[in-house]
Amino acid sequence: MSNQQKHWEKTRGLLFITLAIWFVFSIGIFLFGAEMNEVTGPFGYPWTYWFTCQGSLGAFVILIFWFANRQEKIDEEFGFSEREDE
Amino acid sequence: MKGNFIDNLPKIYGIYTGGFVGFIIIMAIAEQMGMTAKTIGIAFVAFTVFIYALIGYLSRTAQADAYYVAGRQVPTVFNGMATAADWMSGASFVAMAGGIYFKGYGYMALLVGWTGGYVLVASLLAPYLRKFGCYTVPDFIGTRYGGNLARFSAVVVLTVASFTYVTAQINATGTIASVALDIPFQYAVYVGLISILLCSMLGGMRGVTWTQVAQYIVLIIAYLLPVFWISNKMGAGFFPHFMLADEVARIGELEQQFGFVKNAAADLKSVPKGLAGITKAHSAVNATPWAFISLALAMMMGTASLPHVMMRYFTTPSVKAARKSVGWSLFFIFLLYSSAPMLATLSKLSLIDPNLPTGIIGKTFAEVEAIDWYQNWNQANLMFISDFNGNGTLELNEFFMGGKAVVLATPEIAGLPYVISGLVAAGGMAAAMSTADGLILAIANAISHDVYYKIIDPKAETAKRLLVARVLLVIIGFAGATIAAMEIQGILGSVIWAFDFAMSGLFFPLVLGVWWKRANRQGAIAGMLGGLIAGAWYLVWVRTGGSGFLGITQLTFGIFGSAVSLVLMVVVSLMTTEPDKATQKMVDDVRVPSGKSILGKSH
Repeated sequence: MSNQQKHWEKTRGLLFITLAIWFVFSIGIFLFGAEMNEVTGPFGYPWTYWFTCQGSLGAFVILIFWFANRQEKIDEEFGFSEREDE
Repeated sequence: MKGNFIDNLPKIYGIYTGGFVGFIIIMAIAEQMGMTAKTIGIAFVAFTVFIYALIGYLSRTAQADAYYVAGRQVPTVFNGMATAADWMSGASFVAMAGGIYFKGYGYMALLVGWTGGYVLVASLLAPYLRKFGCYTVPDFIGTRYGGNLARFSAVVVLTVASFTYVTAQINATGTIASVALDIPFQYAVYVGLISILLCSMLGGMRGVTWTQVAQYIVLIIAYLLPVFWISNKMGAGFFPHFMLADEVARIGELEQQFGFVKNAAADLKSVPKGLAGITKAHSAVNATPWAFISLALAMMMGTASLPHVMMRYFTTPSVKAARKSVGWSLFFIFLLYSSAPMLATLSKLSLIDPNLPTGIIGKTFAEVEAIDWYQNWNQANLMFISDFNGNGTLELNEFFMGGKAVVLATPEIAGLPYVISGLVAAGGMAAAMSTADGLILAIANAISHDVYYKIIDPKAETAKRLLVARVLLVIIGFAGATIAAMEIQGILGSVIWAFDFAMSGLFFPLVLGVWWKRANRQGAIAGMLGGLIAGAWYLVWVRTGGSGFLGITQLTFGIFGSAVSLVLMVVVSLMTTEPDKATQKMVDDVRVPSGKSILGKSH
């Protein structure tokens, strides 16, 4: 397998992990919205309410930065990262 | 100042922010000295619009690269701010807190949808489109799939989605300008339009970028300052985001105590159009999982298909910067979106809690009608009370309010000085203007670059191309303003439709263009046109009394449109020949961050 194919394989792997986490916070937890809202969560808000106000939103911010860093590592590993002067 | 413009950006915008805060303080002092509320409102809107116009003028350019993609040198954090302003429209600023106030959980799917979409942008599209080196979104479709028909189909989808969106934004600038400057709406719309064009006409994307950063700073100050101030004034907590649990619980208690009494249809007839009462629980789960998830999903896929957002990531210096920049965009959006539910909570509690001095439920009608702010907002047609049961005291089901009032009236209800209301008007104007600019530019650029330059006259000189782009900008702006002046639809409804149109026609052709090498021209054209037509058909069908299926409503028709688009694209691609070697090589190159961009610097 060529260098480029391996790079793409890893990139695709990272995509699937990212989308899986995204799925949990955007769709997965809201399948159980009614049940989860009975429980008190962070700062005393009901769990589901907190996720819609802050939790999921914050998780997406962190997820994107984490994804960007991981992808940069993959690019460096295969020598595909950009030179600064480009 | 030493050094070049880009290196000095933090300093320039630091001075600008300081200047704006200074202006707020001057206005506050002027208010104490007796300046009228009306003059303060005019000063806020006029001052900020003047600054944006000045930035627009200073960013003027005659180069295609600067006009279309701001010279591809916008640093990540600043591009994040510009995207956040581009993204957060009049709907986010003025209408979102109101929607949460009235509809609670079911509406908050929009908060999740309008943020979660950025994960798709960062992982599926933005870095690859940046590597491609295109000027516009149809530029990518046209080059990846080849042929004028594919390019033209993308322009059609882009125009339908963006135009639906932009009329709502021009409408919002008109509403704010008409209130702040006290002129009729029909004229105010054009005042708003001219302000918008001042930012984008001379500098194109470069002008829009630097005005959007300035607009973000104004709108975030205008949103956060009142939320923190009100929370502290009510004694709810000095950092509302972490401290409103008691208030949320208290609203739940009051809901139990008052109950949601259903009004008779005859009684509701007397309520002015556009006003609503509190009929849904504040923090309880009041929607089925599918209703919530389908709306969130439609907004997320729509986010990843809207060209005015995508083209902001064409302006970063590198692929790496494009990815990081998506993160910063969402961070800046998060600051406002996480505050909207807090504002809704504070607003609702201050109105309905009889233990608070501002609470009106349980008071007599004579008492409420004597309150200054009630009279003002009743006159502005945003508040209404009526004694349906004739007992003389105001009940929860007898109080009606417009959605906009949550953002616009809460500072006044909480007893904040008028300078805050002036600031909020300037913030709403900034939010609507920045989005309108991004959208008008997206449409004008697509038509001037993809239709005029790439299809009609490929030999045109740069000067002529940019002239065409500017003429189109003005024409599209005026067309949008003319439709906005007719006031056909509400702000929020048409914004959501824009997302559905965009995802119906563009989501899968864009994503599969990068992630599926086998996708070819015939498949993409079928996907774009088929998806758009299917989505539009579903919307018309449901609007004209159709029952719909699978719980897909007129707000989520994009789910049906994009499903049709996906099926058509896969089936048609597999039935026709695979893309040629050169195209497959191009896709391979897009997937690697290093090396030259696919399209040359000045294509």
